[in-house]
Amino acid sequence: MAGIVIDGISKAFGNTVALAALDLAVADREFVALLGPSGCGKTTLLRIIAGLETATTGRVLIGGRDVTNLPPRARGLAMVFQNYAVFPHLRVCDNIAFGLKMARAERTRIDRQVARTAELLQLAPYLDRYPAQLSGGQRQRVAVARALAVEPALLLMDEPLSNLDALLRLDMRAELKDVLREAGTTTIYVTHDQTEAMALADRIAVLHGGRIEQIGSPSAIYHSPATRFVGSFVGSPPMNFLRADAGRLMGIRPEDIDLVDAGAGLPFRVSVVEPLGAQTLLTGTTDGQVVRVALPGEHVIAAGATLFLRPRPDRIRWMDAATGNALAQAAG
Amino acid sequence: MTTRRGIYLLGVVVLCAWVLVPIWLIAANALGGQALIAAWPKPLVPTQMSLDTLRVFLAIEGVGRALWISFEVAVLCMVFSVALGLPAGYALARYSFRGANVFRVMILLTRAFPVGILALPLTVGFIRLGLYDTALGVALMHTALALPFAVLVSASLFQAIPRELEEAAWVFGCTRLSAAWRVVLPLAAPGVVATAIFAFVISWNEVFAASVLSARNRTLTAYLLAVLADSPLTYQFAGGLLLIVPSVGFIFLVRRHLFAMWGIASR
Ligand SMILES: Nc1ncnc2c1ncn2[C@@H]1O[C@H](COP(=O)(O)OP(=O)(O)O)[C@@H](O)[C@H]1O
Ligand SMILES: [Mg+2]
Repeated sequence: MAGIVIDGISKAFGNTVALAALDLAVADREFVALLGPSGCGKTTLLRIIAGLETATTGRVLIGGRDVTNLPPRARGLAMVFQNYAVFPHLRVCDNIAFGLKMARAERTRIDRQVARTAELLQLAPYLDRYPAQLSGGQRQRVAVARALAVEPALLLMDEPLSNLDALLRLDMRAELKDVLREAGTTTIYVTHDQTEAMALADRIAVLHGGRIEQIGSPSAIYHSPATRFVGSFVGSPPMNFLRADAGRLMGIRPEDIDLVDAGAGLPFRVSVVEPLGAQTLLTGTTDGQVVRVALPGEHVIAAGATLFLRPRPDRIRWMDAATGNALAQAAG
Repeated sequence: MTTRRGIYLLGVVVLCAWVLVPIWLIAANALGGQALIAAWPKPLVPTQMSLDTLRVFLAIEGVGRALWISFEVAVLCMVFSVALGLPAGYALARYSFRGANVFRVMILLTRAFPVGILALPLTVGFIRLGLYDTALGVALMHTALALPFAVLVSASLFQAIPRELEEAAWVFGCTRLSAAWRVVLPLAAPGVVATAIFAFVISWNEVFAASVLSARNRTLTAYLLAVLADSPLTYQFAGGLLLIVPSVGFIFLVRRHLFAMWGIASR
């Protein structure tokens, strides 16, 4: 059992408020992604859970046990650090085995785990090398392997795939999801990459300015953003927000806009066309406001053309223009 | 390109000469016998090399003993400097405490305090404590001289080791102490070795405090100063050579670690 309860955690560095009275409950075996822009407090929250940073207020419970005042080693967790923190004086195999050796695991188990995680992270050819002889991406994989090797009940990861090249990242993402689900590891995964969060997480917590802006399933976060910030941070390209009547904003995803016949929708003057293969991305203006439209497939559209748009009514998300919060959707 | 290379090579030659010429002069005078000392210009390689002077010198009453005491004192100084300097350096590097900067300056100020003024009270104090004329007493004084260096160097050493490495060790099951032992110390080792050697060399070369604080159990420097002032020049050179050789040899032995330390520093 390694559910986590974060109870009113706040953290201030001098005058900087990194976290503001934050509550979060992660169920046993759940995968939660902390998603947010750089500087929103993701790393700080992770470090407080790990016991590397002392919270200004609040408690952390792991598996029902209050660990707020316990040192990191007594919390029964593993962590992947943002800057790898791979031990430079140890070979890759000794790095991976470090946690198990400290726990005085049996030799056979250590060997088995090193071989298994090295295989998983494609590190087998490098086991005898020192970290200085590895690329950034390889070092990052060593950091992940070191954490997986201890088979932790709770795994904290701070942007663990950020330094891998695109293809490897995609591979590793799928592998990681598979391994962690199979092992039933409770995972908190920090990322600023919304695709990664969507792909991996059972639930996503969107952080902004030291608060949780919204927490929910990837689908809920994507389709029903609770705030304007969530809508514009999640999704690439982000949600469009168009001024409407009565102080409302109309939030609509670029792919939820259809082209209609002349005169049947909003006039849209195309300024940029980006054919991406699976999609064609249009950027232009409607009524003086910038709008992005994603059309499935390839279209031949010239920049400067005028098209007519109609947002799908069931996909519109109404927001309060003043507060940026979602309104009761019946109004739409 | 070629001029830059020329300047570079010239620099290398000048620096090497700066270090090597005096050593060569001392070695030549020590090994070349009486005739060579007066000779000028000196031959590049002395015509009649002999260890006679050195042998005679070593046979002088008390030289062997002084050599041993020097060694004893230098090793003690090295041990004390490392044992006290590392924790202090670690504290300076890792914790921000009230007065850390003042502490830093104070450490340096101890070096600005002239030993000459301290000599008499120290001697009196040491006599009272039973430390006068012992290797331990001189080693303590030398530790006081070497410690500022040991503290400041190890502080910058520990500062260069990312805190995240220690944190990773804590997360993966280490206590603060075992993390320091398993992660920090191995990474700091080259610098620690350099610090230790520096303490050794400071002690080995120090003459004033060693002379003041001892009477019969003198270190080699103090002994040479007291006994050899009136001896023939060639014996003085032999003494000089004997003083240089261990320092140079020691540094030569650990040069790999020194380079390793600079490698870390430049990364
Ligand atoms: N040790 C620290 N001292 C002072 N301010 C810090 C420290 N660590 C983080 N902060 C500040 O706290 C905020 C959150 O930082 P962080 O948790 O690292 O963000 P993220 O990981 O989301 O990019 C930032 O404004 C950052 O400048
Ligand atoms: Mg971060």
